[in-house]
Amino acid sequence: MSKFFIVMFHTFISKVKTKSFVFSTLVIAGFVLGLVHMDRVASLFDGGNQVIEVAVVTEISKYEEHLEDFTSQQDDIEFVEYNEKSTAKKDVKSDQLEAVFVINEDEQGFLEGAYYSESVAEQETSNYLNQELQQLKESIATEQLGLEQEQLEQIYEPVTFETEALSDQARSEEELKQARILVNILVMLIYFSVIGYGNMIATEVATEKSSRVMEILISSVSPVKQMFAKITGVALVGITQYVIIFVIAAASMFNRTPLNETNASLAPLDLSTMQIDLIVYAMIFFILGYLLFATIAATLGSIVSRIEDVNQLTVPLTLVVIVAFFISIFGLNTPDAPFVTIASYIPFFTPMVMFLRVGMLNLPFWEIALSIIILIATIALFAWIGARVYRGGVLIYGKSSSFQDIRRALKLSHKEK
Amino acid sequence: MNVTLILDQVSKKFADVQAVQRINLKLPKGEIFGIVGANGAGKTTTFRMILGLIEPSEGKITWEGNQFKNVVSSKIGYLPEERGLYPKLKVKDQLIYLGRLRGMKRQEVVRQVRYWLDRFNVPEFYTKKPESLSKGNQQKIQFIAAVMHRPELLILDEPFSGLDPLNVALLKNAVVDLKNSGTSILFSSHRMEHVEELCEHISILHRGQQVVHGSLKEVKRDFGKLNVTVHADFSLHDFRDYEGVVHFMNTAEGAQFQIENEQTAQHLFQALAESGFVRKFTLEEPSLNDIFLEKVGADDE
Repeated sequence: MSKFFIVMFHTFISKVKTKSFVFSTLVIAGFVLGLVHMDRVASLFDGGNQVIEVAVVTEISKYEEHLEDFTSQQDDIEFVEYNEKSTAKKDVKSDQLEAVFVINEDEQGFLEGAYYSESVAEQETSNYLNQELQQLKESIATEQLGLEQEQLEQIYEPVTFETEALSDQARSEEELKQARILVNILVMLIYFSVIGYGNMIATEVATEKSSRVMEILISSVSPVKQMFAKITGVALVGITQYVIIFVIAAASMFNRTPLNETNASLAPLDLSTMQIDLIVYAMIFFILGYLLFATIAATLGSIVSRIEDVNQLTVPLTLVVIVAFFISIFGLNTPDAPFVTIASYIPFFTPMVMFLRVGMLNLPFWEIALSIIILIATIALFAWIGARVYRGGVLIYGKSSSFQDIRRALKLSHKEK
Repeated sequence: MNVTLILDQVSKKFADVQAVQRINLKLPKGEIFGIVGANGAGKTTTFRMILGLIEPSEGKITWEGNQFKNVVSSKIGYLPEERGLYPKLKVKDQLIYLGRLRGMKRQEVVRQVRYWLDRFNVPEFYTKKPESLSKGNQQKIQFIAAVMHRPELLILDEPFSGLDPLNVALLKNAVVDLKNSGTSILFSSHRMEHVEELCEHISILHRGQQVVHGSLKEVKRDFGKLNVTVHADFSLHDFRDYEGVVHFMNTAEGAQFQIENEQTAQHLFQALAESGFVRKFTLEEPSLNDIFLEKVGADDE
């Protein structure tokens, strides 16, 4: 087996075996499971169907018949009739009642309501009563005006409003929906991968350096080979983690109900209508984005001599990713802004922003190709610098760890004549 | 003499520091070459250039007549001065990893590691993590990592530092065995007695300069000066300025002289005998320590 694979598998296996990997996978999986079953989790804490007793005080008897309609749809609210507002309020204070609901008419004869409870932080009940009262008011008003139910429906029917692009090249609404979801997923993936796995690579390199294994390693494997073997190894770790989490999430989702019923917002992700080219671009940009940031992370890792210094140096990297993240969130609404166009050619932003443009606009192929070429060239450049810094950096052991060390490291690896 | 490794006028300059200047070195096959020098003398830089970790600014490094760069890593064993092991990786796992990177098969590594651990009387380390081992014991593991693939060239940078005498003897034995089985060994130390004991050829580095180099015997002969140990019942203090005495040091039972040549010894002996009863008078070759101190120390004063 070639040395590349030896280093790669070593990185992979030793990372996967760590407690932190197992722990973080479990935590994220638990989190995803929690999200999928959010409603169940929430109902778990509701303590079943606890009935909320609400006192109703009304001086006008004609509304009493409507009150039954109020509670008929809501099992957990029970009305108790009170004659006096003040006694009801007292009972609320002594915790015998949850709240007091007062219905009255104002001077013009219109309905008005009031809601009293110990605190108004919990709004579910009051909002519900508010809505019901509104409906009641509307139906009374229409009755008085002599309007038919049909006429009322016509008034409330939403207006038909269609947006259609005139250019043949533009994306259809359906395609855009898909693209938006894909862009969101990719942006998230790149964001978390860079922050999580970029740090992992930098730490990995720094650990080797601080334990001085590096000196033995670079005398048997070339720095470039070593660096990329590590990057690939950590990528495998990432893929493993994503697959585990995805499988857990998907399994639990299908276990519940068929996909299209669970979540209407995920419906555009139906594979049969998916644009294959978009998926392919997503993969290309994800891989290239990962490679770019991973290479930089490895370079940064090789110039620190203590693991504690890793974070300090990777902060700028994280900031760049955050900026890219915001540009793409902003760009989702205005994908053709010049600002977004320019950003899509800056290699640090390309993976997220160019993919966004690919998804949202109909770009000529050369634009995509150009950005990919710039991106690949940048990766190659960083790999080249990285390999040199790596070779020189691993031999620098200083207390300071600054970007000046990059220069020192480059000099050290440079053959002076 | 079958020379393997040759350094020909090798220099290395970092930005403004001349780390190593025109070093010449010839390592015969199956011999041990000792490089002696104070801290910062350029030993480690020299080793790193040989290993190709840094490129020499000038000069040539060859192995059996070929450019050293082309020598495959499986032929080289390296024990760095700074000990490097993965602290949290089991001994067997990291040796298997390092061994495979040197081109060994898994089973072969396991066999070798078992052999060496047994030899060092620590078979139980096989499944331990280095972070739980003492520094001296980590050193043994590190040594195994350097020799398990039976390298043709073994570079040992301060192999005995921080070890107790028992372990020094254990490792020394192993080094001699490797030498006898044909391994060419390059070895650095600032412990003169180790170098004196093991090496046929030596080189003294001082601030990047090669002050002395050649076979140990020649170096000593060229140095010329001799040591005289005297035990006597009377004060030897008056003899400190005796003609031909270079250096004088009082000891518990008498004194130690460093003298210019054998003739001085003769005169000194007669002069001493006339002064009183001399219980002991021995004439010895200079130690490497003496040579080192004179060649390097003079410059520092």
